[in-house]
Amino acid sequence: MTAAYLHAELRRTFRNRRFLFFSLGFPLVLFLTVAGANRSRSIEGIAFPLYYLAGMVSWGALIAVISSGSRISAERQLGWVRQLRTTPLRTRTYFASKILAGYLLALLTIAVLDLAGTGLGVRLDARQWATMTLLLLVGLVPFAVLGILLGHLLKPDSLGPAVGGTTSLLALLSGAWGPLSTGHAFVEATKALPSYWLVQSGRVAFGGSGWPPAEAWLVIGAWTLVLGRLAVLAYRRDTARVA
Amino acid sequence: MRPAEPRHGIVLEQLRKCYGPVEAVAGIDLVVTPGETVALLGPNGAGKSTTIDLLLGLATPDGGAVTVFGQPPARAVAEGRVAGMLQTGQLIDHLTVRELVALAASLYPHPRPLGEVLEVTGAAAFADQRTTKLSGGQAQRVRFALALVADAALLVLDEPTVALDVEARRDFWAAMRRVARGGTTVLFATHYLEEADAYADRIVLMAHGRILADGPATDIKARVGGRRIRATLDAVPLDELRRLPGVSGAERHGDAVALTCADSDLALRALLAAYPAARDLEVRGAGLEEAFFELVAEDDRTASGAPKATAHR
Ligand SMILES: Nc1ncnc2c1ncn2[C@@H]1O[C@H](COP(=O)(O)OP(=O)(O)OP(=O)(O)O)[C@@H](O)[C@H]1O
Ligand SMILES: [Mg+2]
Repeated sequence: MTAAYLHAELRRTFRNRRFLFFSLGFPLVLFLTVAGANRSRSIEGIAFPLYYLAGMVSWGALIAVISSGSRISAERQLGWVRQLRTTPLRTRTYFASKILAGYLLALLTIAVLDLAGTGLGVRLDARQWATMTLLLLVGLVPFAVLGILLGHLLKPDSLGPAVGGTTSLLALLSGAWGPLSTGHAFVEATKALPSYWLVQSGRVAFGGSGWPPAEAWLVIGAWTLVLGRLAVLAYRRDTARVA
Repeated sequence: MRPAEPRHGIVLEQLRKCYGPVEAVAGIDLVVTPGETVALLGPNGAGKSTTIDLLLGLATPDGGAVTVFGQPPARAVAEGRVAGMLQTGQLIDHLTVRELVALAASLYPHPRPLGEVLEVTGAAAFADQRTTKLSGGQAQRVRFALALVADAALLVLDEPTVALDVEARRDFWAAMRRVARGGTTVLFATHYLEEADAYADRIVLMAHGRILADGPATDIKARVGGRRIRATLDAVPLDELRRLPGVSGAERHGDAVALTCADSDLALRALLAAYPAARDLEVRGAGLEEAFFELVAEDDRTASGAPKATAHR
């Protein structure tokens, strides 16, 4: 049952060409334009394409995992979630299928951007690529949960802007689009955001500001727990309602 | 006729569900024996879908209890003993009909063979089409297939034939007959009296969240008691006809009069004695449709009046 549902979910995700096109295409185009134009510059002593790649990869992956929430919202709207609740399918299998699809899409986004980066002269060794990717996958956990939460709170029409706005704001605050040059205290405060560490995980591989394990794990763990708790509450509330 | 072991069937006891001030289900008692086919009949807003939601564990009761094969609905659903076709709900996209029905099959412990289900529901003809490229009736067939493939002991269908054309409707009921003969318990909601009459062993008539009548179609017709007499008879005031013994109402349609009777034998004798000129006599039982409207109208009157009538069965 679990395998069949996961399989169908992946099949659906990857058959959705328009969705794939935009979730892969948008970060790619942005990366190629901006990094292409600034090929020879460097930021914080790091070549611009590499610096920007790390930010773009984390933002693209963030959008990919959070998009599973939009799919939940859409399926609730269709009445499909209600239909599923009349079957033996376990809720965790349903959520797992969404998270898995989101993660695979994130991996694909990362791979496409890495390729584009290589095309622009970014060179990392295998260990660095692997570290960067693994840390990204860890950093994405709270966002997968956030997607599930939003998917239960919002209708598809409000979810688009909500996800777009949230991800852009998080990306901006966490330096995915470039370093923040605001006051020191403010930059310190953004370290309480899980997205800060998500962006850092992209940079730690080539010795950016690094990922101090304790603080990063704490922030990511805490956000995951809190969002997870809220998601469970939202799911329960949803059960009690006629959609 | 009442079950010896209700534990094995579906039992609703004093079941209540409110939405704000609306008492969607107002304390109903219902026992369905395994293998029975029961129609839940009632006008819009009667509480049929809410009852079904409670039965499927999609809503939690505000009072009373519901058990399905001796278990709470959520358990029965988790074990795959129940399958439902809801009143609303669309199909998910990016899958073919066959893939979607196969997906549903994979969720149940012992599904019906896929090919058989596609065949029986008529979905085989468009099995390789995407779910988003179907007509309303085709989508409805697929939704039926999703419920049927479960091979669950209880099949709950909320207005299953809406959007189906005449042929599809016939196919649908033929499939349902097969399923019911195989021992599946079936509960379906409908507005169509003929469907309830033709395909259910028993009709449960609901309005305003209550059960107004419960029994075989013939019983429900009998509850309204009446038979009707039609006769060609002019120039007789209706008031005079209404005063005849056994007559409870009279209407005129041109030359003809229609008498609603509490006791048609008595009424007919009295009619012929008083008006030997009466011709073209016709006596027939009140149709289910009349019974239905009569009962609902009766309930409307009591519902708007002060003390509510207790739900009878
Ligand atoms: N989610 C809800 N929120 C508020 N009221 C509701 C909700 N669902 C149903 N109701 C109300 O409960 C009553 C019963 O509704 P229900 O859907 O059970 O009727 P029904 O018999 O299935 O009608 P129909 O034949 O139109 O499908 C109606 O008055 C309806 O307005
Ligand atoms: Mg309904």
